[in-house]
Amino acid sequence: MPIMKGNSMLKYTLIRLRRNYLAIIGFAVLLVLILTAVFAEQLAPFGYSDQDYMMIRKPPSAEHLLGTDEFGRDVLSRLIFGSRISLQVGLIAVSISLIAGGAIGAVAGYFGGKIDNFLMRIMDVQLAIPTILLAIVISSALGPGLFNLMVAVGITSIPRFARLMRASVLSVKNMEFIEAARAMGASHLRIILLYILPNCMAPLIVQSTLSVANAILFAATLSFLGLGIQPPFPEWGGMLSAARPYLRNSAYLSIFPGLAIMITIVSLNCIGDGLRDALDPKQKR
Amino acid sequence: MPDTHTPLLDIQGLEIRFNTDSGIVHAVNGLNLSLQKGKSLGLVGETGAGKTTTALAVLQLIQSPPGQITGGKIFFEGRDIMGMTESEKRRVRGNRIAMIFQDPMTSLNPIMTVEEQIMEMISLHSDMSGERVRERALEMLKLVGIRPERAKEYPHQFSGGMRQRVGIAIALACRPSLLIADEPTTALDVTIQAQVLDLIRNLQKIVNTSLLLITHDLGVVAEVCDDVAIMYAGRIVEYSNIRSLYRKPMHPYTRGLFNAVPKLESELGVKLAVIQGLMPDPTDLPKGCSFSPRCPYARDICMEKACGMKEWEPGHFVDCYFPLQNGGRTE
Repeated sequence: MPIMKGNSMLKYTLIRLRRNYLAIIGFAVLLVLILTAVFAEQLAPFGYSDQDYMMIRKPPSAEHLLGTDEFGRDVLSRLIFGSRISLQVGLIAVSISLIAGGAIGAVAGYFGGKIDNFLMRIMDVQLAIPTILLAIVISSALGPGLFNLMVAVGITSIPRFARLMRASVLSVKNMEFIEAARAMGASHLRIILLYILPNCMAPLIVQSTLSVANAILFAATLSFLGLGIQPPFPEWGGMLSAARPYLRNSAYLSIFPGLAIMITIVSLNCIGDGLRDALDPKQKR
Repeated sequence: MPDTHTPLLDIQGLEIRFNTDSGIVHAVNGLNLSLQKGKSLGLVGETGAGKTTTALAVLQLIQSPPGQITGGKIFFEGRDIMGMTESEKRRVRGNRIAMIFQDPMTSLNPIMTVEEQIMEMISLHSDMSGERVRERALEMLKLVGIRPERAKEYPHQFSGGMRQRVGIAIALACRPSLLIADEPTTALDVTIQAQVLDLIRNLQKIVNTSLLLITHDLGVVAEVCDDVAIMYAGRIVEYSNIRSLYRKPMHPYTRGLFNAVPKLESELGVKLAVIQGLMPDPTDLPKGCSFSPRCPYARDICMEKACGMKEWEPGHFVDCYFPLQNGGRTE
């Protein structure tokens, strides 16, 4: 490992990240999205459920930049409000799976043996069930709604985080500095929290970023199937679903929500890829 | 072994086993060792002789499973370490017994600054204020010859020798009464080795700690230690003060080790003497003396029953029926 000037791992990561244009663009788009979600009331030209019966399914125009839907609602306004749902679902669902999966993986990896076997076999069973099916089952059992949607999406990706966490913990816990920490008289909890977890963060940060994109897509899928957010509140997947009957005559109704989903996911993936490259110590240049 | 007053560390009949898929590994078999306060003892042996396992047993850090201490007692400052509760053990670790690890590249936490790591050790074992702890950490850095402006740097910004200095600073931060150094110079190159050994020896005097130096390098022991114990297949085979042992190694294994050290005056092209064979499989140790299958002087009785430690000369203990009387020098 070359001896470098400057200071922390964080600093090197930022330096490397800055060289990655795709990641920078991704961050910029994400920032715009967050600002949009926060200032939706100020930005949207109309309310998300304001109807104009004179303007039903009208293509984009000066008054309605992205056109109107089958109830005469402004598509742009609905997309702007919809970004709130997408970001909330993305962040909270991933937090659920990160915390639950991370805890399961850390315990399994650190203590090993029977505990490890027990926890990881449960995760394997869950992995064997197709995720979309599992999400449908959970959200239909819990009923529709924003919170239930986040829980359903969150639960489906717990095993992925658990496996990743376990693998990182396994590789870190046998390193000599963990033994050195024990020889210093540190307790198990202190070793896990202060020595193992911070050294396992890099892969989890990457996985989280990529999972946010996944979770948004999943929420859109569930809403498309009618299991997520209920009308009239706009959700990108739900908007797509509602626009389906008009695909032939008013294609823009499906195109714009689809574009919104795509842009969000592509930018998150760019960030994830950039972070992965920046955090990978083998790529130090 | 000399027993004038209570030794700082007293290991009696220590037995450690590891249960593995290929059988029970007898890592340490009836090891006796004692160390007086302020003295330094070199523990010498090949890879796999059980040196590190013994050190970890003293700290009660044998991973269990698969490891298990199946017999013997370890007394530290007169107290039975094995009988302590987990929190009592934690108070001893680092505070009374500290350890320097073999590889300074991996024994420091990569995401903490060196200052933080020394502070961590101090604050684990004292209730000083944060400011005081920081002062102590800087003092320790100064003591091992690292400039204070480097305190806020991370381990990867240091060279191997400097990192080992940090390791020494951490180990001595709480002024332990026993310092275990597990091959502290093996991962360093020769010029740095000498510096680090000097540092350990000097600080041992300053901090007034006892030293258990684990190594496979007889030269390192000669430089630092008062006494030396030669370990083979989980037992001590020879124990003496350093002069007596270097002048007159009595166990055939020790003699073999000395023969295997290259000498400056030997002629070019002369091959080094080797000890024939390999260390016995620790899952299947020979019945008698564990060195007997490789020993050129072994007789029937050696295969039957190990001799046990005997004081053949004052202060010079050997586990052999037929110790070499003239130091085993080949005529």
